[in-house]
Amino acid sequence: MDGTLPPPADAIIAVRNLHKWYSGVHALKGVSLDIPRGQALGLVGDNGAGKSTLISILSGLHQPDEGEVLVEGRPVSIRSPRAAMELGIETIYQYNSMVPTMSIARNLFIGREPLKWSFGGIGWLDERRMRAESVRAIADVDLHLRSPDALVGELSGGQRQGVAIARAMHFKSKVMILDEPTNHLSVKETEKVIGFVRGLRDQGITAIFISHNMHHVFACCDRIVAMALGQVVLDRPVSRTSIEEVHAVL
Amino acid sequence: MAARRVPAAPVNSAAGAPATPSAPRSPGRRLLKLALQKPELMAVLLLVILVAAFQIRSDGVFLSAANLRGMLGLLPEVALVAVGVTLLMICGEFDLSVGSVFALMPMTMAVLMVGGWPFWFAMGAGLLVCLLIGFINGWVTIAFNIPSFITTLGMLFMARSLTVVISGGFPPRLDPSAIPAWLFVGYVGPGSLVRASLLWFLGIAVLVALLLGRTNFGNWVRATGGFLPAAQAMGIPTARVKIACFMLCSLLAGFAGMLQVLRLGSPLPSIGVGMELQAVAAAVIGGTSLFGGVGSILGGVIGALLIRVIDNGMVLSRVDSNWFQFAVGGLLILAVVGNAWLRRRGRAMKVET
Repeated sequence: MDGTLPPPADAIIAVRNLHKWYSGVHALKGVSLDIPRGQALGLVGDNGAGKSTLISILSGLHQPDEGEVLVEGRPVSIRSPRAAMELGIETIYQYNSMVPTMSIARNLFIGREPLKWSFGGIGWLDERRMRAESVRAIADVDLHLRSPDALVGELSGGQRQGVAIARAMHFKSKVMILDEPTNHLSVKETEKVIGFVRGLRDQGITAIFISHNMHHVFACCDRIVAMALGQVVLDRPVSRTSIEEVHAVL
Repeated sequence: MAARRVPAAPVNSAAGAPATPSAPRSPGRRLLKLALQKPELMAVLLLVILVAAFQIRSDGVFLSAANLRGMLGLLPEVALVAVGVTLLMICGEFDLSVGSVFALMPMTMAVLMVGGWPFWFAMGAGLLVCLLIGFINGWVTIAFNIPSFITTLGMLFMARSLTVVISGGFPPRLDPSAIPAWLFVGYVGPGSLVRASLLWFLGIAVLVALLLGRTNFGNWVRATGGFLPAAQAMGIPTARVKIACFMLCSLLAGFAGMLQVLRLGSPLPSIGVGMELQAVAAAVIGGTSLFGGVGSILGGVIGALLIRVIDNGMVLSRVDSNWFQFAVGGLLILAVVGNAWLRRRGRAMKVET
């Protein structure tokens, strides 16, 4: 069994022989991956290939039935989205990472609000700090928005992804999982999101970018991992593969 | 996307920060936009109009001290229920059982007092019953993934039935000397203008408004009701947040029922019938969204006040009181339509890129 092999010292996330069944469907069939720190990894594959299952295990939504996950070399069990965030793994979903009826500043700190004082976990919001820090966090990803009080529902899709990425960066995430962040975006907005992902690499943040669109993945990733039927079918540096080759194995 | 700003530009909202050249730059416009998007704006406008109209129609009687005393004496009961229902609706859930809890809590208290319990213990037990009902409402809704509309409709019947059962068919007699009624419903203030219940209500409403607006718990309530998947993905304990709101809602309904019983002096098993719909109407008139996430405690309070104003103003204006429900219904629809229109106008206003 290769499940006990130590991961390379620089792997921030490693998974070993992961299996997952969903009511009889074998969704993951022994997936092993090492993701070095600072890499931008593009994860591609058809619907049902197992990408989402792998991601939901890393982001704490599901637990694997077999196999192990190592974060910075230590075996971990990620029991909830909260646990994933505490390990520095932040997931940005296609739709559901922002509350449209709340302001940018409020959204940035959902679940991690800075408090002036608290009692039993409930406390008084430090709103001045929330607004000031959200302004800075948004400027840090080179996104320009009028006010931290604007409702997220008024932002464009690309701007929302930008705010989500700003949030993850603000909380010093080490690994950012972007689940189809370019779906339903205009060309211009897509470019912006791809720019955000490139920016992550420059800051040494590991990114896992999931997309249907090969062009988007090739535009910003160092390494391509293709999955089909619950297994990894291709794993190459982006310089040693091509869109055609990836299409061929899928 | 339009012109980028230099990153150094401060992103400041109300203070009239430097605007992009491409957009209108008046800070007044931005304030207007924010105001138009306030959920309770329509209710405030309607309140001002109605108060003015009734004041004129009643030849100045409407805002007289005697009339205000009567109106404000009744307000806390429905308004407290509306505060709880508003909070719960912002969290994305409904409670139709508040009218029955309104009756069950004071009945529990009265029955225990007849059984020899001192007032404070009986009151505490009554409030515990409310918390338990709220917990059951929330837990059943979440554990079995049932719409809270259904769960609490069931609870509406069950709690009402319990009220009648424990009363034994006869309303128990409350001993006035054993109850510090002055503390809850006694007249206070200059000229005995208001009852203590109004102060209780104002204090509680302010506390709940602060809880919703200024604490992390309030942030979780809005996130849970605004978009549940996002709240869950951000690690908020959404089930616990919802259950807490259910419990708070029942607690306020029960407390409001106690206020009414202390005011009337006798616990009737039939009080609070239809209260749940008035409370929902108050919340909605005040700008609370049926889909959750949007609304304010102030809005719910203004909605409740509007209903009381209509009730009282129509009597003073010598309108046949059978038109009361018609007026509330019309107001409800008018407020919702008006709210949606104002919000659209607000959203369409471009202040900056």
